[in-house]
Order: sequence, then C-alpha cells, then structure tokens
Amino acid sequence: MNAILEAKGVGKTFGGGLFDKVKTVALRDFSLGIENEPPSILAVVGESGSGKTTLARLLLGLVSPSSGEVLYRGTSLTKLSSAQRKQFLRDVQVIFQDPYEVYNPFYYVDHVLETPVQKFGLATSKADARSKIEETLRAVGLRPDETLGRYPHQLSGGQRQRIMVARALLIRPRLIIADEPVSMVDASLRATILGSLRELNRAFGISLIYITHDLTTAYQISENIVVLYRGSVAEVGDVEKVVGNPMHPYTRLLVGSVPLPDPDKAWLPEPPPSEESKRAGAGAHDGCAFAARCPDAMAICREARPPLYQIDEFRAAACYLYMGKPELSHDELGKVMVPPEPVALPVSAR
Amino acid sequence: MAIQIPPDTTRVQADVLSVRDLRVYYHTPRGAVRAVDGVTFDIKAGERMGLVGESGSGKTTIALALMQLIRPPGRIEGGEVLVDGLDLLKLNAEQMRQRRLALIAMVAQGAMNSLNPVIRVRDQIVDALKDHGLKQTKAELAGRISSLLQRVGLGPQVADMFPHELSGGMKQRVCIAIAISMSPKVIIADEPTSALDVVVQRQVMETLRNVQLDLGAAIILVGHDMGLMAQAVDRLGVMYAGTLAELCSVRHIFEEPLHPYSQLLIASLPSLDKKGVFQGIPGLPPSLLNKPKGCPFRPRCPQAFARCETEEPKLTEVKPGRFVSCHLYTEAS
Repeated sequence: MNAILEAKGVGKTFGGGLFDKVKTVALRDFSLGIENEPPSILAVVGESGSGKTTLARLLLGLVSPSSGEVLYRGTSLTKLSSAQRKQFLRDVQVIFQDPYEVYNPFYYVDHVLETPVQKFGLATSKADARSKIEETLRAVGLRPDETLGRYPHQLSGGQRQRIMVARALLIRPRLIIADEPVSMVDASLRATILGSLRELNRAFGISLIYITHDLTTAYQISENIVVLYRGSVAEVGDVEKVVGNPMHPYTRLLVGSVPLPDPDKAWLPEPPPSEESKRAGAGAHDGCAFAARCPDAMAICREARPPLYQIDEFRAAACYLYMGKPELSHDELGKVMVPPEPVALPVSAR
Repeated sequence: MAIQIPPDTTRVQADVLSVRDLRVYYHTPRGAVRAVDGVTFDIKAGERMGLVGESGSGKTTIALALMQLIRPPGRIEGGEVLVDGLDLLKLNAEQMRQRRLALIAMVAQGAMNSLNPVIRVRDQIVDALKDHGLKQTKAELAGRISSLLQRVGLGPQVADMFPHELSGGMKQRVCIAIAISMSPKVIIADEPTSALDVVVQRQVMETLRNVQLDLGAAIILVGHDMGLMAQAVDRLGVMYAGTLAELCSVRHIFEEPLHPYSQLLIASLPSLDKKGVFQGIPGLPPSLLNKPKGCPFRPRCPQAFARCETEEPKLTEVKPGRFVSCHLYTEAS
C-alpha cells in the first residue's frame, strides 16, 4: 500500500454517554485511502453537520474514531512512534476554516510562521528563515513588510487565512487537508489561493483534501468528489459527473442551490418533498438520512439505509433510485475515483 | 450628482436613502486610513442594492457608517446620509439610537453569533421593542413576536428557545426578525449568509427577500459573493479602495462590465460551466494609508494610461443608469 493516509471503516459518534443520552453520528463507516503518487485532489462537500469537518479532524488525529482506525503509511495514528509522529506532523498539514480562531492574539503573526521553521529545522540561519518566510508570503499574495510584525487583529480575515496557507506551504508537506480554506476570503483572492493550492499539487506533488460546502470551487479544483450527508456518503466519483449531472437527490439539491454568477440563471425553487418523505419526517426510522427532505422518497427509503450503487465507471450514489445497479461496499470508494494524471515532478521537489 | 435608474419594477419608488460624498477615516498613529473616500449613491424604496468589493475596500465601513456605529479611531469625516430627507449624521447619539431599528436596521456579519446565549429568543426580540418605547400588553407582545417569527419562516415555539437550540440558519432568521421588528425603511445586510452552507443560504436569502417585499423596505446587501449578488439584487455597486468603481444594474455588471476592475472581477469567478483556469486579479489593493495620486486601481490595471497617474477619476454617468469611475469613458477636462 502506498497510501499516505488511510481511513479504515472510520466512524465517530458524539454523545450517548452518561449525561448526554442523545447520540449524534457525525461520521459513519468511512473508508478511503489517500495516495501521494501521483498526487491527487479530492473534494469532500456537504452542508453543516454532514461530518466533513469531523472527517478532517479524524484524519489529522485530532479526535479519535469511535470505530475503525486511521493509518499513516500503514501504522495506526494511535500507535505511531515518536519519530513517525514527527514525520506525520510534517507530512500532513492542515488549513482550518476560521482564520480568526487559529492565532494567539498575544503574539505577532510571525509566530505561526517561525515556529514550524524552528521545529522542523527548515532554515540554517535567522536570515535564511526570514527570506523563506517572505518568499512564501509573496507566493500567497501578501506583502511581507505589511504582514510581519503585526498582531492578528491588525489583519483582515483574508490576510490571516493566506498566512495559514503560507504556513502550510512553508513545511512542504505531502498532504494538505484544507477545511474550507477560502470560505472567508474574497472572490478575487479565492481564485488566487485555489490556484496556488493546485500549483502546489502539480509542482511539489502535494496531495490535497479540499473540504468545503462550496460546490463551485470543489468542481474547479478537484478530480474526485465525495458528497457527505449526515455522516454518510451520498454520492462519490468523478467531479465532472457528480457536479455536471448529479444523480443523488441531495447532490441535485446542492447543485441547484449554488447561486450562479449570472442573473439570467435564477435559483430554481426547491422541489417540494414527496408524500413519502413527509411520512419519513414524522418519526425516527432506520432508513436513508435524506428521506425526510427528499423529493423522490419511496417507502423503502424508511426501512433501511441505502447501499452505494455504482451507476457508471466513475460514480456511485447511495440511493434506492438506482436499485439494480451493482452494489459497492463502503470500503471500495477508491474504485469509482478517477485515477489522477501522473505529473512529472521536478527533482528538487522530491 | 443625481442618480437616476430607469424604473424597471413597480415596487421601486422614490429615493429612500441618499448617501452623499460619505467619508470615513480611521486615524492611526501613522496617519489617516481613508477607508471610505467619497461615496455617493441613492436607493429607492423597495430596491435591492448590492455592495461588493474585496476585504478592506470599505464596504463594511459604509454599512457601519450608515448605522453610525463607527468607533474610534474611525470617524465620519463628512458627507450626508439622508433617510427620507433626514440627515442621520446630524443626529446626536440618543436621537440616532432611537432611529436605529425604526428607520434603518442592520443584520451584521456573523449576526447569529450576536445573540445572547443565556437569554431566550423572545426576550431578545422584546428587548429591542421596549427600548424603542413600545408599550404593549404581554398578549400583544406575544402576538407580535409570533408574527415576526412567522414572517421569517420560524414557528412560534422558537420564541421560548435559547440560541444554542437553533441551527445557524435559524439564528440568522432570528436576527432578521429582530432587524425588521420596528419595520425599518432601510435594511443593511452585511454578509448575512457568509457562514451558512448553500442550501441554507438560499433559504435565508429567500426569507430576507420576502420580508423586504413585505415591508417595502430598501435593502443594501454587502458581500463579496458575486453569485449571490446575481441572484439577490437589482443594482450593484463595485467598491475599490474606498470608492465606488462602478454602479449599475446587476445585469449590466455581468454582461458588460465597464470598469477594468469589474471586468477582472467577473473573469475571476469560478463557475460550474467552465473548468480549469484560476484567474485571480494580479497585484494587491493599495494601502489606504498613503493613497497614491491618481486612480487607485492604476497599479493593477491592464488598461492604465498617462492620465490615470495624475488624476483620480470621478464616478460619472457614462450611459443611462451606468456609473463608472474610469478615465477610459470620460474626456479629459
């Protein structure tokens, strides 16, 4: 296996303990290997509460899974030796959603850039560190003289987020997990940041997991996409297919809700839920999580959770509308992913 | 300069808000940051206007200035903000406090986090009503609150809930309910959906649109999501470095942007139609601390020429209803 990071049947349940009796399933039985050669870009989309951030935190080892395990180069995250752990911390970087929360307000922003340089011994001298930091800042479109030596509150949200991108670049990791990296950034900068993330993928062979609720940018940047709904995979596969011609009713709703930058393409009204879905909404059931909102809900949707049906070569959807298609087990998501194009890496990047 | 747009819809009537040459500076030890530097526009009752721009272009500062919520070191340096002919900038603090919510209300950025976590929704709505001297019996108040909640698409039971029991979209709707509780003439929505996902965003925007139609109020939608603007507003002002670069109907902006910045902004938009190129706008916005002479966009502008270096362009009506600050469209004086 050359997967750099692999989720094996990972699930996460919050609550259900002594005080909080209500169990919330944030993620259910998720399996996927992220390979680094060739470098790939995977988008994970879903609305709030779909489990996409939980997935990011599980992959980073920030929360421990309730079931299953996350493997880093074949070793469970909980069993890494200290040398492996250090390598893991360097290889897998993260860009979080909220650029307001990641800074310590008492330190200059320089601190978040200097710390990794020190910890990982990236520079030979102070001057070298400074020039490396300035170079990465410029790479994300910031002026070093207007950024360094400032406190976080003196910078805008967009600037702070770009510093976080710069910090991730500085370390030259193998995999970046970006959790809504551009949701708080301007449109014109959004393109710049996404462009530089993809540039990293191409030029330095860094794989990217791009977690977002924004289908437009997911479509722009990624090769494959996983659509999550309430902790389960709704649709997965080639981004062209999934976004271009969504098959799962939830993906259809998502694609239909995107405000298109064209006044002539107005939002279509949300399709009304079917009679069956009203029944599904009335009480708890063991079926499809989307049934209560689904315009196509059927009686079977309330009875059991739909398996993934492989609709064509590079796409599968968890929906009974496609009953009869071959079923795909939950650890076979990789089967419907488009293999990334191999890129010729410059020798220096290795 | 009077701004006239062709009346394209019947709900659009007389000017309800006129902003004239508004200037807001932030005074720092290194000098004044000219965050809003001479902005002029009008909005008619029932009209939806958008303000877009990158961070630091002054769009939120305009919103705060209209509400007179600018705090030191910021200061409103000059201009007029007329709502129904009343200049808000001439009011004292107490007079302005009574006008907020009653005349002009705001749904702030991340407003859903502004709800007090330990107070029930009902009491947070009542708080504002009481402060504005509304004397009603308990039964009348209860009726008013449930009708407010109903107008934003929430059930009456929400009144007895705490904010943490509500989803992000519901909290944002509570904030909209508070904003419309005194039937204001102008509603300012500063990135009302930036923290919400697309499905909820559409629902919140529809809510906002419905209450606006209901009240016949004007809306100023501040944000940077051009897709959202295309769906939600009639007219769009594009801000750049504290000034309006372009102001015209949203259709014109998308079909035939005049200002080079608007052109690049439209070209940078990701869409679901075409894939591949990430075309950002090269360069950075100028520092507003020492604003260079001439056009603020000149350093990044692919079409700049000699005149742009010396003379700052003024917002001029170059075609009916289309205002642009660019020398490409005006003769040298």
